[in-house]
Amino acid sequence: MGKNPEELLKTAEQEEYHHLVNRMKPKPPLAQNCMWAFVVGGLICVVGQIIMEYFISLGYSRQDAVSLESTSMIFLGALFTGLGIYDNLGAKAGAGSVVPITGFANAIVAPAMEFKREGYIFGVGAKMFSIAGPTLLFGFTASVLIGLAKLIMLYL
Amino acid sequence: MGAINKKGRQTFIFADPPCIISWASIVGPKEGEGPWSDDFDQILPDYLWGEASWEKTESKMLREAAKLALSKQGLQTSDIELMVAGDLLNQITSSNYAAREIAVPFLGLYGACSTMAESLLVAAAMVDGGYCERVLAATSSHHYSAERQYRAPVEQGVQRVPSSQWTATAAGAVILQKGGSGPRLSCATVGKVIDMGQTDAANMGAAMAPAAVDTIKAHFQETGRPHDYYDLVVTGDLAAVGLSVARELFVRVGLVPSPNFSDCGVLLYDGLQDVDSGGSGCGCSACMLTGPFLRKVAGGEMRNILLVSTGALMSPTTTFQKESIPAIAHAVAIENI
Amino acid sequence: MSLLMAFLVGGGLCLIGQLVMDLTKPGVSPGHILVGYITIGALLSAFGLYQPLVDIGGAGATVPLSGFGHSLAQGAIKEVAEKGWLGAFTGGISATAGGITAAIVFGYLAAVLFDPKD
Repeated sequence: MGKNPEELLKTAEQEEYHHLVNRMKPKPPLAQNCMWAFVVGGLICVVGQIIMEYFISLGYSRQDAVSLESTSMIFLGALFTGLGIYDNLGAKAGAGSVVPITGFANAIVAPAMEFKREGYIFGVGAKMFSIAGPTLLFGFTASVLIGLAKLIMLYL
Repeated sequence: MGAINKKGRQTFIFADPPCIISWASIVGPKEGEGPWSDDFDQILPDYLWGEASWEKTESKMLREAAKLALSKQGLQTSDIELMVAGDLLNQITSSNYAAREIAVPFLGLYGACSTMAESLLVAAAMVDGGYCERVLAATSSHHYSAERQYRAPVEQGVQRVPSSQWTATAAGAVILQKGGSGPRLSCATVGKVIDMGQTDAANMGAAMAPAAVDTIKAHFQETGRPHDYYDLVVTGDLAAVGLSVARELFVRVGLVPSPNFSDCGVLLYDGLQDVDSGGSGCGCSACMLTGPFLRKVAGGEMRNILLVSTGALMSPTTTFQKESIPAIAHAVAIENI
Repeated sequence: MSLLMAFLVGGGLCLIGQLVMDLTKPGVSPGHILVGYITIGALLSAFGLYQPLVDIGGAGATVPLSGFGHSLAQGAIKEVAEKGWLGAFTGGISATAGGITAAIVFGYLAAVLFDPKD
């Protein structure tokens, strides 16, 4: 409100510049990225499926098998991050390596291992939650709200 | 009124142009695999160089580049009267810690990736102003310490977008002296901070291009030099995206530097090195200057160059707060006189 | 067959994430994707929309982080029915306790044992 002519001119100039940059900026190779994301993401889930079916064959209940599968996938994600392989996969696969739970493990280990020189408590210990923290926060909050909503519905 | 050694608003003309008597460059493994491997003084075998952290390595690179530049002329650190340096890390620690070892009077600068030109400009003014006989200007950057501070952890699986740039692991040091033999720093244009409202930290070239164009335009206007005066006008780290935007902006303002206009970020790597848009970082223009450019000017292959180091002046905090990216560019003219 | 379905469903969920990253404004980081998937997964699950995906895709729906959100939501819903309001606070986290503890412990161990590679 009440912008002076100089500010308006500046805004117009910035907008025009923004259009120029958008015209010049190379776009991500969408088809290629999507292909990689689909194939890598799909294959990671196939590994999870194999693990789950293995635990079912050992006599675990389906629900426990899912828990064991998550745990195993997290272990693998942490291991491959530690070995320095997961970031190379992520550079190619994008969301294909972020969305699976192995990507969650990667997001914990990657910042943690880099902050070792800042100490094991406030370096590794604090930094490992830089991405996992917000993720768990939103997950837990959603779960509590859903539980409370369910409670209200039970009493209605 | 009016300063006697200044033309227009921004350009310093050095009455007795300081002489670049020595220079040195140290680069990382990736930079050493690029097109200029023969021009660098030292190529590191790995990214730690025997140190415990990337930050320490970055500081060591700056320190060793400075010592190397001195030793080429048989000088000691005590022969330096002033050290002017800066880098990308918080509180410019690479420079501070290097200055602790070099132990000469020190001025720390922050100009992000524009530091090479900025430090040369300050050093030249100190020499030409008669405050110092011999001054060291230096800067460095390290890919992994910068990634860690500005972007994501190295081992996190992050997909780079095509406009993103690769922070160079490189350091450059230049020794300026009153008189002597070598290329001279004849004039310099101090840049203004320009912000065109760009917010994408993965497209810094576009944020910096207007600053580079503004400084180059001011330089030619204020010095009155023709557009084809320099054999090469080279920006610091606009990279491919920023360079093409800058070319477009030059056409609009009716000034196209000729015969050669390029960018260190584009030149530093070859096309197959997976750096997306190109190089960036303080070391990008520093190692190109102290590697190929000064050799070519000193050897007479080029008569003169205008180095325009460009810097994006944001921080991770301002990026999170969704502030736009202010940018700056400083120009220094290096010629055989 | 179950492997093929896991591949297709899992791949499809990742593909959606890629489209979000490439087609929306710049700055959507892996962190945003993780937060988005866990939250949206929990919400879809609360409306009964995620279970069908698990039935079809198996690990293809449980391995993506939206599946973690699904476990959180289902755990809360189940325990609310058994324990009342306390279940809202304990259900989600007990259902996912294995995964979360694994993530923290394995994550810490990996960080202590390995160094970042160049």
